[in-house]
Amino acid sequence: MKAQADRAKEFLRSLSEISAVSGYEYRLIEQIEAGFRLIADEITQDSFHHVYARKKGSKGTSKIMLAAHSDEIGLMITDVDQRGFLHFTQIAGVDAKTLLGQEVTVHGEQDVPGVIASVPPRALTSDNGQSIIKMEDMRIDVGMPQAQIREVIDVGATVTIRRKMTELLNNRVAGKAFDDRAGIVAMAVCFEELEKMHHLHDVMAVATVQEEVGIRGAGISAYRLAPDLAIAIDVTHASTSDHKNPSIELGKGPAVAIGPNIHPAIAKKLGEIAQENRLSYQFDPNPGATGTDARVIQITQAGIPTGLLSIPLRYMHTSVEMLEMKDVVNTGKLLAYFIASLPEDLEDFLCY
Amino acid sequence: MLLKELTELNGVAGMEKPIREALIQALEPSGCAWRIDKIGNLITSRNTLSTAPRVMLSAHMDEVGLMITEIDADGTLKFRTVGVINPRLLVSKAVRLHETLNGVIGSKAIHLQKPAERKKDFTLEQLYIDIGANSKEEAAKQVKVGDYAYFATAFEPLGTGHYKAKALDDRVGCAILAEIMKKDYGFPLYGVFTVQEEIGLRGAQVAAYQVDPAFAVVLEGTAAADLLEDEESAWSTEVGQGPACSIIDSTTLYQPELVQYVKKIAEKNDIPLQFRRGSAGGNDAGKIHLNKSGVPTITLSVPCRYIHSPVSVMAEQDYRDCIRLTEAILRELPYAVMNRT
Repeated sequence: MKAQADRAKEFLRSLSEISAVSGYEYRLIEQIEAGFRLIADEITQDSFHHVYARKKGSKGTSKIMLAAHSDEIGLMITDVDQRGFLHFTQIAGVDAKTLLGQEVTVHGEQDVPGVIASVPPRALTSDNGQSIIKMEDMRIDVGMPQAQIREVIDVGATVTIRRKMTELLNNRVAGKAFDDRAGIVAMAVCFEELEKMHHLHDVMAVATVQEEVGIRGAGISAYRLAPDLAIAIDVTHASTSDHKNPSIELGKGPAVAIGPNIHPAIAKKLGEIAQENRLSYQFDPNPGATGTDARVIQITQAGIPTGLLSIPLRYMHTSVEMLEMKDVVNTGKLLAYFIASLPEDLEDFLCY
Repeated sequence: MLLKELTELNGVAGMEKPIREALIQALEPSGCAWRIDKIGNLITSRNTLSTAPRVMLSAHMDEVGLMITEIDADGTLKFRTVGVINPRLLVSKAVRLHETLNGVIGSKAIHLQKPAERKKDFTLEQLYIDIGANSKEEAAKQVKVGDYAYFATAFEPLGTGHYKAKALDDRVGCAILAEIMKKDYGFPLYGVFTVQEEIGLRGAQVAAYQVDPAFAVVLEGTAAADLLEDEESAWSTEVGQGPACSIIDSTTLYQPELVQYVKKIAEKNDIPLQFRRGSAGGNDAGKIHLNKSGVPTITLSVPCRYIHSPVSVMAEQDYRDCIRLTEAILRELPYAVMNRT
């Protein structure tokens, strides 16, 4: 159990510390494949840099898709000014307030370290938080003159926050891009568990692309696979002192989504299986279409019965996203137990 | 490299001990004398038996940081800043409380912020450190009110000839001063590593009183705001253009003849020099030049971008040139300057 948790933590560390902003998911492929090599029967890719890891079932009559996105939010260079400072904008939902004083990596011809500052005098004065410093008034300093920068960094280069994963109390960790690399780790845990179990159906774990810019890769990969049932694995907001509703808590297990975007039989079964196996879990009510791969997978082709398991996470879309490793491992286990419990004929199960 | 070691240690004002110990270790082999005074200043010296006028160089050991002020019921930690740090710089950062305890300053996810919240900065009161504890009791086993937190920033090269690190204000001054004190200039020289600069120049006052120098040089890491393409007047100093000599700041009006003297020595020795533009900010000179019956004092600084933040940037050449300039001043120090009273 501890060995499994440690493996999961190291896999998460390796995925988190690699940078792959939406569109650049190929940077992560090698690391994802390394995590699945020993537990998958087959690993393939497509032209959008999806990674598909397949685990064969004993019958293989139906196909289960698991989806967790590999891309992360980031920044993009828009200009290199005369003084050698880089101007930038965002790719996906970055909060400008989380950027000042960050160390970054600019992904040019080669990776170039930098620091985010703001243009004076805004940098030096405070107006008691009344107005924020806008991203267009921020600069990246790479300690080089303009001409030299131009040799290695083009406009359009992506930028990520440089952050090592930090270990905290209670086997909690903090770092960048846990949204949704933690979901990929949970899929690997699921495959590990399935090694020890008997399951009828084929399972395809997909590292999806371009989720953060509009949930695009999930549709492409679900169309390609045409699964009989799909479960997206993502993160969800865990409560903090300044945000208590809905009351999803760190350490209390995967959040089983319920609502119109979710097939009721899948949500119900996930809850029952968690109880049978004494895994803690929480329900996560979603009144609308969720902001996850499940949103798109459900309406792919002629419609796909879709579920969503979410790992509780604090400080989403900052560079210090925090989660509890136990929740990641239990998400993987719940997925495996759920898959192993499915009957050969899914039609009956999915009828509602 | 001593500068690397010094910036990676934690020495928030009030807990300068790790810096002091590293400096003693670095200086002891060179044979310079040292003592620690009653409030923690490290006073190193050479030729103290000579009756010639004393020269004092100073650099402050302390840095800005955080102090834990309250442990909340949910196990998170409220804090205040020690010294001036703009709260904007604290959002989404990793901090260290001691060697084995990490924490993060998170912030409400952008998805959860209401439109009005998105347009406002987080205030210091909204921010807290999360160490992963589940309760006040659990956190209290690891941390107590009054403990310090600091940034865990590595000293590393940046781009061409630059370094990035935390606490360059004023570990760069400490590193320069340590370099100077390894040599003997033949007159009584005091190298003072002060405490509590960031909370009001408090160590320097006590140190100057004890040393009672005839001439003083303050060695600093000062702000460089040279990001704009125009408005050079607002830059204060520019990184990579040599050490900066102060003319005026909020605590000291430097004697014009001393500023001219520094300029002449820099020219004579072919060392690049810039003047610190702008009059804001202050440093230990503010207390030193008013010591007893007055002490002629100059400030030489290494320009640093983004001081008082988790990471600042300097040019290595400025650091080397600041050492050369300080050495040249000490070599050519005219007793006329010191004895003119």
